[in-house]
Amino acid sequence: MPKDHSLKKVLMIGSGPIIIGQAAEFDYAGTQACKAIREEGIECVLVNSNPATIMTDPGIADKVYIEPLTEEALETIIGRERPGGLLAGFGGQTGLNLAMELERKGVLERYGVRLLGVKEESIRRAEDRDEFKQLMQAIGEPIPDSVIATTLGECEDFVGRVGYPVIIRPAYTLGGTGGGIAADYGELTILAERGMENSAIGQILLEKSVAGWKEIEYEVMRDAKDNCITVCGMENFDPVGVHTGDSIVVAPIQTLRDYEYQMLRDAALRIIRSLEIEGGCNVQFALDPDTSEYIVIEVNPRVSRSSALASKAAGYPIAKLAAKIALGYSLDELKNYVTGETSACFEPTLDYCVVKFPKWPFDKFKTASRKLGTQMKATGEVMAISRTFESALLKSITSLEIGLEGMRVPRIMGMGDDELIEKIKLRDDERIFAIAEAMRRGRARSGEDERFTRDAIHELTKVDRWFLYKVDRIVKMENTLAERGIDAEILREAEEIGFTDNEILALSGAPREVLTDIRVYHDIFPVYKVVDTCGGEFEAVTPYYYSCFDEEDEGRVTNSRKILVVGSGPIRIGQGIEFDYCCVQGVWAIKDLGYEAIIINNNPETVSTDFDTSDKLYFEALHIDDVMNVIKKERPDGVILQFGGQTSLNLAEDLNRRSIRILGTSFDSIDLAEDRQKFSELLEGLGIPTPPGRSVTDIAQAREAVGALGYPLVVRPSYVIGGRSMQVVYSDDELMEYLTEAVSLDAERPVLIDRYIEGKEVEVDAIADGDDILIPGIMEHIERTGVHSGDSSSVYPPHTIPEDVQRKLVSYTSRITKALGVVGLLNIQYAYDGRDIFVIEVNPRASRTVPIMSKVTGVPMVRLAVGAMLGEKLADSAWGTGLYRKMPFSAVKMPVFSNAKLTDVDTAVGPEMKSTGEILAIDETYEKAVNKGFIATGLTIPTEGGVYISLREHERTAATADIIRGYADAGFSLCASPGTAAYIRDHGMGCESCARADVERAIDEGRLAVVINVPREMNIVDRDSFAIRRYATERGLPVLTCIDTAEAFLIAIGAKLAGRKAVYRTLEEYTAVH
Amino acid sequence: MEGLIYLGDGTAYRGKGFGSVATNVGELVFNTSMTGYQGILTDPSYMGQVINMTYPLIGNYGVSEIDSQSGRVHAFGFVTRDISFRPSNRCSVMTLSEWLKEQGVPGVYNVDTRAITKKIRTDGTVPCVISSEGITEGDARLLLEGAGDILRDDYMTEAGTNEVVKFPSGDGARVAVYDLGVKRNIIRGFTDRGCEVFLFPYGSTPEDIMKVSPDGLFLSNGPGNPEMAEAGIETARALIGKLPICGICMGHQVIALAFGGRTYKLKFGHRGANHGVKDLESGRSAITSQNHSFAVDPESIEAGGLAVTHVNLNDGTVEGMRHRELPVFSVQYHPEGSPGPNDSEGLFDRFIEMFRPAGKGGAAHA
Repeated sequence: MPKDHSLKKVLMIGSGPIIIGQAAEFDYAGTQACKAIREEGIECVLVNSNPATIMTDPGIADKVYIEPLTEEALETIIGRERPGGLLAGFGGQTGLNLAMELERKGVLERYGVRLLGVKEESIRRAEDRDEFKQLMQAIGEPIPDSVIATTLGECEDFVGRVGYPVIIRPAYTLGGTGGGIAADYGELTILAERGMENSAIGQILLEKSVAGWKEIEYEVMRDAKDNCITVCGMENFDPVGVHTGDSIVVAPIQTLRDYEYQMLRDAALRIIRSLEIEGGCNVQFALDPDTSEYIVIEVNPRVSRSSALASKAAGYPIAKLAAKIALGYSLDELKNYVTGETSACFEPTLDYCVVKFPKWPFDKFKTASRKLGTQMKATGEVMAISRTFESALLKSITSLEIGLEGMRVPRIMGMGDDELIEKIKLRDDERIFAIAEAMRRGRARSGEDERFTRDAIHELTKVDRWFLYKVDRIVKMENTLAERGIDAEILREAEEIGFTDNEILALSGAPREVLTDIRVYHDIFPVYKVVDTCGGEFEAVTPYYYSCFDEEDEGRVTNSRKILVVGSGPIRIGQGIEFDYCCVQGVWAIKDLGYEAIIINNNPETVSTDFDTSDKLYFEALHIDDVMNVIKKERPDGVILQFGGQTSLNLAEDLNRRSIRILGTSFDSIDLAEDRQKFSELLEGLGIPTPPGRSVTDIAQAREAVGALGYPLVVRPSYVIGGRSMQVVYSDDELMEYLTEAVSLDAERPVLIDRYIEGKEVEVDAIADGDDILIPGIMEHIERTGVHSGDSSSVYPPHTIPEDVQRKLVSYTSRITKALGVVGLLNIQYAYDGRDIFVIEVNPRASRTVPIMSKVTGVPMVRLAVGAMLGEKLADSAWGTGLYRKMPFSAVKMPVFSNAKLTDVDTAVGPEMKSTGEILAIDETYEKAVNKGFIATGLTIPTEGGVYISLREHERTAATADIIRGYADAGFSLCASPGTAAYIRDHGMGCESCARADVERAIDEGRLAVVINVPREMNIVDRDSFAIRRYATERGLPVLTCIDTAEAFLIAIGAKLAGRKAVYRTLEEYTAVH
Repeated sequence: MEGLIYLGDGTAYRGKGFGSVATNVGELVFNTSMTGYQGILTDPSYMGQVINMTYPLIGNYGVSEIDSQSGRVHAFGFVTRDISFRPSNRCSVMTLSEWLKEQGVPGVYNVDTRAITKKIRTDGTVPCVISSEGITEGDARLLLEGAGDILRDDYMTEAGTNEVVKFPSGDGARVAVYDLGVKRNIIRGFTDRGCEVFLFPYGSTPEDIMKVSPDGLFLSNGPGNPEMAEAGIETARALIGKLPICGICMGHQVIALAFGGRTYKLKFGHRGANHGVKDLESGRSAITSQNHSFAVDPESIEAGGLAVTHVNLNDGTVEGMRHRELPVFSVQYHPEGSPGPNDSEGLFDRFIEMFRPAGKGGAAHA
């Protein structure tokens, strides 16, 4: 039992919607913490606005509030629940900031709530730049020469003293929002101003840059007895200058002598002690490789992305232990969960090498600068484990799903020498591949080209030579394969350093049969080893495996019936945490049904890769070879692909060809749903309308399609994730630009051209068992068709779709499901133009809305889907068939964007998905739910001020005018771009006409409250409208880029003006009203 | 050249050779430290042993002129999964392989070191042959069978200094170190605190030691079975009550034996830099560096007036003790780190503190 017996109830704050810098790692940490609390018999109350999380699932916490993470909501909930303690260290920066706010406002004191784990004092000392600086000076820890500034003048004085470059870091922000390195006065003014704006307290830190030094991190834990351990030390491949979230990170530390390692470890321990943190903490250092001098860069007094990585890398569940410590335990009282026998008060030792590789969204954000700096841009990450660094690196690259299985990027290999050097200097997301190419050139020229020697590359990049040697070893193997082909010895070495079969075949030119023959004859297959925290010193009870090419196989295969779930890989735009939710739910359902559940995945941030989740975890790339190796080893009764999003679904064909049993919807059905031609024919046969469309493979066919369909058109490539490269085009020019620039058009990759149906978009998720279906509910999008479903707000139950249309949706869904032969989950998006319903898209898999619908209706969708795959019938379940009963409340899902991180990305919504996360708001009425929803996304609902409006011509309708009138009637003043102003005046309202400069000035002076801007084109960086959208967004104004959003926002304003108070209830209370 | 690790039960691990082209017989042990291979190899306590590193990537930062814990490599062989032939560190003066070659010590890499670790975990530390010169398993078996006198357990008699060595004096106290195979960082632990150190060779008598009028006696770490350190045990026993006494590792075991206690061999010992040790008196725990095959039997020391002060959090074995009345204490682990954490450095201060009540401040020797 915990030391502290007085604690009966604890409140935990989640991290809210996923944004860059604050992602799935907090679902992992929060879920662990909830479990750790409940294990102690303490009641756990959770507040989190993010519905896609496992932590908000029934059964994780005792009570779940899916409510906005605002002070008001928290205060109300604290008043209702009267918890004894508050855990703030598991909800990222959001949780910490909120806890600080509640402390400052006296809420915690008023209700007698104690902050557990991380105290207010510790948070302030670690986060407030000035206090941190003083504390470090007091304990003698070196920090960079720096100054705290709140004005530009202070910044100028500082650079006058230390010179450029300087790093700008705003206080109290996520993932380094608004930070950067300034090399001159121009950059300084931009970054300093943005930083002060982004800081919650208008404060920035300016520090002398140590770019080029080694970046080293330690994950440290401390308990109330002052016992301290370091769980894991990590080293960045990229030297200081690239945000650690955007760096390739290696664990354990590779290039430090023990002396240096201990010097930094000692410092990390001194720091956590001085901050008096009870729990986990992350300390980042910069180390000068030429002198071993170091400085402390940053401290995070909480669990973080790095702690999630360290937990997975070392097999040590930091969040779980941090929660136990917060409850009063000391480390020596706790057990090592991996061995089950030995003490938790030790330091994990690794007998493998771990590489984390970031996953960036640049495939979606084509206008975004790919240059990396102090502001994080990655949406997710992969981790790979192996016995050599080279192999871990290559596995991580394969895991990224960027079309690479090695270090050869043809585009980079085709660059001229100067171009290549410039590319390396640019320091973008592809730098490691450019480094590999430079190594190749160095080798090809036998070291005679001074620009490509290892020393030259080191000078250029400051990447430690040890890493460069490793990249060079990979390059050397490329050459060996190309020059000598394969034999047993070469194959074994290539495998040991991580080459995939495809890469070996491509380089050696050997036929696949030869590779297979050598492999079989010489028994060159991967073996599986256990991640056990102790280097094999003690027996481990956790089944956490990775593959490698070594001698002994430790895999213990049971004779039980078992099912393999293929995960969803790294978090990216369009494939987020919701699929991890489905995988985890799937694992639990499989166990529940009496099977052994095995998961394969590579995302270190998630709950699915917690070794506690499944019966067996394989930390692997989701490449067909790796999945097949696991299947070969485990021989599962079946494989589930429909929970891991498009990543796992894309394996269906390859697995089917190898006669692997895919549970649920068969490959043929998946193929049928994804083949436009065949699917259209099927719908036609069923008499269900679909927007007329064509699949084209060349320009001539495209012109023909235009002739038949007419504009406007929706164009997109086949097999899409998150509407990648989808666009609505209105003219030949736009179409041709799309076909020639946006996509590669060829026979292998057809482009789909459909008529654009303007109307309401409706989304249906269903569970099918082969005979019947169950639809938990229907969601109606607030924004019209053309806005990607991931970026639309949507409401359950539908509030404008007539009953008869809803009945028709159910009937269509049922017929499609049956005709396709779907078993398990299915998601269909429909367009309703006021008269007809059209099928826009069918996904024979889990979808983004599965966790939401599961939570708001209580229907355990994934559990039912797994049951259906294994022969259970919906008709026999308590949930029945057909459309499930409607809930007596309104639930609104709204997207959340990481606009603050990607400063050169358009904030306007369209067919291409941009949001990184979402919130769910539930309330008694649609109006109140909408109001709550906007608040939960982080917006302040204004009740006065100006509205700036700029609309594309197409939108200037009478209906739109009514919405604008709503703003005017609510007391807002109107101003607009010249064309739009004329239109507004034509509709009898007063409206000022203004130019970009006027708008920016109005924003600066605080006169503007809302920007409504529906652009004709997006992503054109030099357009005024793009600039206005960014300017307003960066200053925290609501920027509404679809007229339907503006209408919904008006509803929120109305609710606020009417003084309607939001209610805050647990999910259970909402659903139990019925 | 082909590398081979061969065990008495016929188990063979084949890899590649590095370092010196040679063959040795020794006791196969594993070490779980992820850093500090240079300090490990030069730790005299490893004399007679072949070290299998659990961390697979070794040699990354080469070999420096400042990280050795003694004048040479004492281990009889070195085993690693992968090795860096191209190290990177400002202090590196040569590669690990070059250094082992210079030191005449064979290494084997490209073997499944985790499998070897698990073998030791299951069977206990075992004699082995390590060869980097391509010998056959048959040759290895013959070597092992005839290795009776090679597999000694009294290396502490020759691991340390041959003559008395005086380390530059500070203005602090004078410490007599009985050298069973001392690590440099232990000596540094005293000299850094201003102490003057006299290092005494194995076999030194109580009279030899008292001749320099030390403020305290320190018994060092060292290789082998502590029971074989008879001369050391005798000397320690004779000085009980005459000097404050402190010991680390084998020194700790020798003190236990001097007080009539017993030691026993652990199945596979503790070798690593990550062991949690709890101080029973303060209730606090620390992460420690360890390297020992033997442990002190806690019950056996009670009669001699000793009490257990520290325990290992993993297996509960004795990690420290002190005398109930006399100024005598010792620890099984290595507060001097090198490699490993410096969390327990304060033990040196604790020992030095003991000199004061005797009324002999360091100034007496200045």
